[in-house]
Amino acid sequence: MTVFVFLLYAMLGTGSLLAVGRLALGPSLLDRVVATDTLLVIITAGLGVYAALERDPHVVPLLVVVSLLSFVGSVAVARYVGGMLMRSSEDGRGDPGLAPPGRGTTGPRSGEGRST
Amino acid sequence: MNDIDSVPDWIAAGCLLIGAFLCLTAGLGVLRFPDVLSRMHAGTKPQVMGLLLIMVGGMIRLTGWSATWMLLLVGVFQLVTAPVNAHMVSRIAYRRRHVRRDLLIVDELADADRGAEIRAGEEGMGGDQPADAPAGRPSPDDPDPTRSA
Repeated sequence: MTVFVFLLYAMLGTGSLLAVGRLALGPSLLDRVVATDTLLVIITAGLGVYAALERDPHVVPLLVVVSLLSFVGSVAVARYVGGMLMRSSEDGRGDPGLAPPGRGTTGPRSGEGRST
Repeated sequence: MNDIDSVPDWIAAGCLLIGAFLCLTAGLGVLRFPDVLSRMHAGTKPQVMGLLLIMVGGMIRLTGWSATWMLLLVGVFQLVTAPVNAHMVSRIAYRRRHVRRDLLIVDELADADRGAEIRAGEEGMGGDQPADAPAGRPSPDDPDPTRSA
């Protein structure tokens, strides 16, 4: 029984350590986004494993919060990187038809309009 | 912790074990795979399957309806948000050349009719490298921007 619990936490801990390694090494911002997402999912899984093993329902609301946080964080950083891409296009050549800065979510944008 | 004695508890223990193993494989894959898309592929394993298995294990082990419904909510939320998340991250990764094109077998976005993603990326960066690349320009023919960035 103790071996089983140790095995569970060892696998979760090793996985999170490897994700932290990619978070430190990651050559680009998006690698770090993916690593952070994986790390938060492993943290959620660890909280779930703790709640299940100890029959402790008090950490269950925390699971909802952490999963929400992981989604909002990744989407926010992805949008931010897309915004960097649009601004660098503004720097490069005259006026590519982007919305003026400050009103980023209104008006047609070169990157977003074609993606669908 | 020391009361796994009935059949549902053993089923829950199996679910927890498989879920934790998927978390381990996700860590390994995120560390070892070569580019953003394959790292996402590895990192999404516990995001849906592993977390659902652990939630099922928790639902079996925990007593009380509120805990069960909250675990179900977490599972459904992961199922809804994981595709959105993966879509946004992979789209930006493709535009910013964080993708190893030499490792792709099928690259449908590179076809002439459907090359809008590439053109959007080129307009955005004005070159063949990510916008946050270091000052020393790598050669434009470098097939692996992530290595030099």
